[in-house]
Amino acid sequence: MRKQRLVGAIGATLVLLLAACGSDDKAATTDPPPATAAAPTTAAETESTETEATETEATETESTETEATETEATETGATAEPGAVPTELGEGEGELNIIAWAGYVEDGSTDPAYDWVTPFEEETGCSVNVKVGNTSDEMVQLMQTGEYDGVSASGDASVRLIEGGEVVPVNTDLIPNYADIFESLKLQPWNSRDGQAYGVPHGRGANLLVFNTEAFPTAPDSITVMFEDSVAAGSLSVYDSPNYIADAAIYLMATQPELGITNPYALDQTQFDAAIAALEAQKDLVSQYWALYTDQQTELESGTVLAGTTWQVIVNLAQGNGALIDAVKTKEGATGWSDTWMISSKAKHPNCMYQWMNHIVSPEANAAVAEWFGEAPSNAKSCAIASDGFCDTFHAEDEAYWEDVWYWTTATEACADGRTDVQCVPYSEWVNAWAELRA
Amino acid sequence: MRLSLFARIGLKGITIAGLIFLYLPLLVVIALSFNTADSSLWPPAGLGLDWWRQAWNTDAPKDAFVQSVTIALFATAIALVLGTLAAFAMARFSFFGKSSISYLMVLPIALPGIVTAVALKNTFVRQFDLGFVSFKVGFGVHSIIIAHATFCIVVTFNNVVARLRRSSPNLLEASADLGAHGFRTFWSVTFPLMRSSLVAGAILAFALSFDEIVVTSFTAGPGVETLPQWILTSFGRSKSVPVTNVMATVVMALSIPLAWFAQRLSDSPESNVSS
Amino acid sequence: MTVALTDLDASKPPRAGLATRFSRFFRRHRSLSLFTTLGAPVTWMLFVYIGSLLILVAAAFFKVDENSKVTTEFTTENVRTAFTTSSYLEVVLRSVFIAGAVTLLCFVVALPMAFYIAKVARPRWRRSLIVAVLLPLWAGYLVKAYAWKSIITPDAGRFAARQGGGFLEATIGWTPGFGKLAVVITLSYLWLPYMVLPIYAGLERLPPSYLDAAGDLGARPFRTFRTVIMPLLIPSIAAGSIFTFALSLGDYIVARIITGGKEQMIGNVIDQLQQQNQALSAALTLWPIGIIILYLIGMSRLGAFESV
Repeated sequence: MRKQRLVGAIGATLVLLLAACGSDDKAATTDPPPATAAAPTTAAETESTETEATETEATETESTETEATETEATETGATAEPGAVPTELGEGEGELNIIAWAGYVEDGSTDPAYDWVTPFEEETGCSVNVKVGNTSDEMVQLMQTGEYDGVSASGDASVRLIEGGEVVPVNTDLIPNYADIFESLKLQPWNSRDGQAYGVPHGRGANLLVFNTEAFPTAPDSITVMFEDSVAAGSLSVYDSPNYIADAAIYLMATQPELGITNPYALDQTQFDAAIAALEAQKDLVSQYWALYTDQQTELESGTVLAGTTWQVIVNLAQGNGALIDAVKTKEGATGWSDTWMISSKAKHPNCMYQWMNHIVSPEANAAVAEWFGEAPSNAKSCAIASDGFCDTFHAEDEAYWEDVWYWTTATEACADGRTDVQCVPYSEWVNAWAELRA
Repeated sequence: MRLSLFARIGLKGITIAGLIFLYLPLLVVIALSFNTADSSLWPPAGLGLDWWRQAWNTDAPKDAFVQSVTIALFATAIALVLGTLAAFAMARFSFFGKSSISYLMVLPIALPGIVTAVALKNTFVRQFDLGFVSFKVGFGVHSIIIAHATFCIVVTFNNVVARLRRSSPNLLEASADLGAHGFRTFWSVTFPLMRSSLVAGAILAFALSFDEIVVTSFTAGPGVETLPQWILTSFGRSKSVPVTNVMATVVMALSIPLAWFAQRLSDSPESNVSS
Repeated sequence: MTVALTDLDASKPPRAGLATRFSRFFRRHRSLSLFTTLGAPVTWMLFVYIGSLLILVAAAFFKVDENSKVTTEFTTENVRTAFTTSSYLEVVLRSVFIAGAVTLLCFVVALPMAFYIAKVARPRWRRSLIVAVLLPLWAGYLVKAYAWKSIITPDAGRFAARQGGGFLEATIGWTPGFGKLAVVITLSYLWLPYMVLPIYAGLERLPPSYLDAAGDLGARPFRTFRTVIMPLLIPSIAAGSIFTFALSLGDYIVARIITGGKEQMIGNVIDQLQQQNQALSAALTLWPIGIIILYLIGMSRLGAFESV
């Protein structure tokens, strides 16, 4: 009897468990999105809220434009989950949880001179918790947990976030500083859908080639340092992300033109295999695969890494600690990023997030971030605040400079370079290939 | 057993070498916490208290320390209750599937931390709909506590099981013969017998939780930072390494008395009641 | 307690005490009292842990979409990839090899240490010595891992901003470098106390009379050790090896810290794929789960669970 009862009890718990397994996190997304704003607009209600919006905002000429795009987005059946796009902001919720690239959210703890979080907290009463995302994949994954209000996403993450319904459109009318952002960064494929903005452009930059100035008395300017024998062979530092395959593709664009690569994110199987082969060969030259930016910084300072792919912020930090290094954009072109602040479809603190999106692209904060991280700012007015010549150094307004910078994006089966006769290798295959390469 | 002088010296030599192996890195960390330079190269550039002063004046490591202690206390409390209950069942009853209980308990700690971490994270992110109730564990401090309690249960369980196994059932029978009811027997016989094993188990569980990083980093919510998490990020930043050395030294200094106490309890005379 | 006891109890005149009645009730209904003691812990373990593991295993059988989200579409693709791709097999083998090497190294160091402490050192020193072995366990996993990284840092050579290496380079002029060897040494360092303790406990339980008897019968110490001590120690060694093997097999932080991501263990791959392809990551966890369960079964055959 006793035994049977115990078996029964265990069996019952197992049944419960299995019942629980049946549902998945989809259920979470069907919950009504937090409606803190005065008039939440869901897809189903677009019609009615539209009229409401025109009533309340009739005086603003821009408002009609926004509505039009909103309707468009829903009519074309945007793949995103319908989220609440507020038409006005409420009180801050007192807290803000964001995912950001290292150096994007500084509260003075790294360097007391760089602090654009404390002023925000004092002004809005939203206390900021930042989670540093080390790769775009990590950021997407963290956003999928639904625990965060927003993210500074690069192109490869932002598109996935839009399509996965993790983020919702942004009502740029509620972000006064949006008006000052370079037009060339607005409504780009990686930060909008059907003319509807999904975020606020943050800034852009190129992934650089860092080198030890003792090892390289004359500065190298070619990506071949990363793939061919040089003084740095055996001491290379490589960014540990599937998107690094695009760097190999850029190398092949220059060295093996017969492969016909025109866009490093649009690789057919042959081109992709060639890139993987180049990376296999590169393994012998590599001493470090870094995902944590501080890991590379440490190795640059100790001199155990002599060359590598890097971000300007790492160079700045390492130089500050006495590392004998410098960095260049390679002449073959480079991968890079154009980042966007986006708001989660499950944001618990949407008002704070809107205030943050406005704050982080304000001329002061935008200039501070750009200088700290070493990237081109997105706000035209921040050039006046940043140090002399900063915007020229980082080519903030020089569109020609960006022509050979391949912003991180997610590879898809439909070739991004416009080829229709072949299928390109999608990002899921990039992930598997990279994992196998690294294992 | 009589060993030759040679063998004795050899064994002693290996033991001393083993202890040096165990302590050398710790001593290096302690020494480097007094370094005047911010590098971890040897030898230190000079000795001073700069980093101790800086650690004292920085909030983040202190907050992280408090966070870790809080989590460890809650996780230990849960583990203590559940582990003791399970240990009682094991010692007092025979039932179907008894032998698999110890497997069940040891699994969270025997399986790699990353497996436990990934499994729990994938569960906590889900929305569970049981019809009458719908819930999601989510991520925060509570998720770390649940996760830690899960792998701490085995420690308290093992300690109590071992003690109960060693204590003689005759004592309980004697108590009952003398007319004591179950609770009285528990209070005046069983509990005193187990007391030290409970404390020892609790200390071990606390230490396990306090030091955990893998499961923690997968189940921590936004804005939560435990001491190991703080150490992991700040060891990466070359500027923070010296302060991390200071925190490491502090933790070692605090844990020595605890470790000593736990050890004393687990081989105190109480445990030999049965023999 | 025996049935006879219960009968004896029942024959007594009933007393009114609430506690007595409660305890008698529970004694009569043993299954109920079994449920109150075992119910909560077993429910917790089944719900929180086994349930999570089942969800994880289930996740290995679902497709991921282009946005790296797990869908509800069934597939065996991930599991096939995890078990047939040569580079994954290689990383599993490497992890098993490293875990095995760590276990062996720990055993070789721990056995003489435990023997010395339990049987050779003066009794009043014993407790201090065993506490001395256990104390480093309390120093913090990350601290110890970074401490090793710091002391084995090689001299970076002529291009370094700061000349000089870590403690080993500076004192004995040799370091294991930042490769597999360094990973094995660091992991052995981390888990050594877990091997010493059970062996020590096993030796302590060994009745001195056995050894005396062997000696009286003319066995030399080595023979005594081989034929009397070792067979009795096997469960303790097996118990210790569970810690060293399991903890090393799943570890990925040490490999990442020490080798700068160059040497991957199975944990590293699972960790990284967790961000990119959760289904494949889940499929790969079947490797360590399977290996550890087999290892546990093997070690429990050797009596590991009776010794702790």
